[in-house]
Amino acid sequence: MKKWIIPVAIVLIVAIWGYNAYKGFYNTGIEYQEDAKTKWSNVESAYQRRSDLIGNLVKTVQGAADFEKSTLESVISARAKATSVNIDASNLNAENMAQFQQAQSGLTSALSRLLVTVERYPDLKANQNFRELQSQLEGTENRINVARDRYNEQVGEYEKHINRFPNNIFAGWVGFEPMERYKADAGSEKAPDVEFDFKN
Amino acid sequence: MKSQKGSMRCLKTLILICFLGITSQSNAQYDIPPKPSIQTSVYDYIRLLNEGQKSSLERKLITYSDSTSTQIVVIIIPSTQGENINYLGAQWGQKWGIGQEDEDNGVLILLAQNDRKIAISTGYGVEEYLTDALAKRIIERIIVPQFKQGNYYQGLNKGTDAVFQVLTGSFKGTPQQNRSTNIPIGPFLIFIFFVILVILSRINRNRGGNGGAGSSSYDLWDIIILSNMGRGSYGGSSSSSGGFGSGGSFGGGGGFGGGFGGGGFGGGGASGGW
Repeated sequence: MKKWIIPVAIVLIVAIWGYNAYKGFYNTGIEYQEDAKTKWSNVESAYQRRSDLIGNLVKTVQGAADFEKSTLESVISARAKATSVNIDASNLNAENMAQFQQAQSGLTSALSRLLVTVERYPDLKANQNFRELQSQLEGTENRINVARDRYNEQVGEYEKHINRFPNNIFAGWVGFEPMERYKADAGSEKAPDVEFDFKN
Repeated sequence: MKSQKGSMRCLKTLILICFLGITSQSNAQYDIPPKPSIQTSVYDYIRLLNEGQKSSLERKLITYSDSTSTQIVVIIIPSTQGENINYLGAQWGQKWGIGQEDEDNGVLILLAQNDRKIAISTGYGVEEYLTDALAKRIIERIIVPQFKQGNYYQGLNKGTDAVFQVLTGSFKGTPQQNRSTNIPIGPFLIFIFFVILVILSRINRNRGGNGGAGSSSYDLWDIIILSNMGRGSYGGSSSSSGGFGSGGSFGGGGGFGGGFGGGGFGGGGASGGW
């Protein structure tokens, strides 16, 4: 009677150990993944916020001055493009991410061109409404940076988890795919400078 | 000829500026100090304010926090080391957890003296009241004029007053318990737990005094339970760090009741220079 109890015990212990190890691996992975998704939606909402502000900015600029049509139109079309590209958090692959980034950075550069052009319209620059929008925009660019970095950090955490040995062996089976980071916009290593003060 | 030379020089400086701008952007990284053990409202790392000014500002902000639970923290550093001050403020506030966790009502005023820059960073919960535009206005109209004359204390004092004014009525005071009357309950519970444990083991020993002759081998359930216990303590390496965290705030005499509450910052706020 005693003879079979030891192998059974060993098998049970191994099974329990295996279950616990797997459970820990899987649940942590899911947790990191969900956190990253939440942080991604923060990135999107920061961009959404910027897009909303740009809508107001365009109206203010249109209303306050006889402004260059072409600059305004490029902002409007870039904004339309940027709002049309949205990624579902569960579908964060390289292609989608590149599309999203491209649309947003298009809007970023159109916006900074607009703000540079504004320098030639002193009335507009002094306009209270415009100044407030400008400071809201600055804050939003900062929010975008913060959200992006936190998203990237979370993705890093997740990848460390799934790429660590022996987790990397199981990650593929369970369906833990690598997630896509938000890369720095090509050709725009510096944040769009909303505050161009050309002191002449 | 002369004008060409001039324009060349102009171009050179422009290129230099661009270059400096890019390099300082790319490797800018300010090491935010770890959350301090004494959690108070003013951290003057360069002694920009004198003792009296510092403690009166500190007291004012703590009193405000006591009645409104909103934590406003002033941090004075020499330089952001090339980091964007708005960004640094948001990360700093988040790391230290300024404001209450469920309200996210922290405000961080970060002053970088050598950069001649100041930023007001707002926690998630404060953003809707102290908007970026309002923060900008406070900086431009109230703080910077004072700073331009070298009155750092007046600038901060009036600036924080303006923040009070904006936030009036936004956060109801969940008055913070005073630390001196706050008996820590955690250690007390553990003490009781140990007392019960000791009593139980006494009872057990008395009862099982002559029953020890049974089998010396473990029984199956013992093995399972023991192995599980082993796993549990093996995996839980991080669990010991939490616990009675507020101990630090006993030390300084000042400080926020209960320390920083764990509020979050998402990058709201504004900055300005003088």
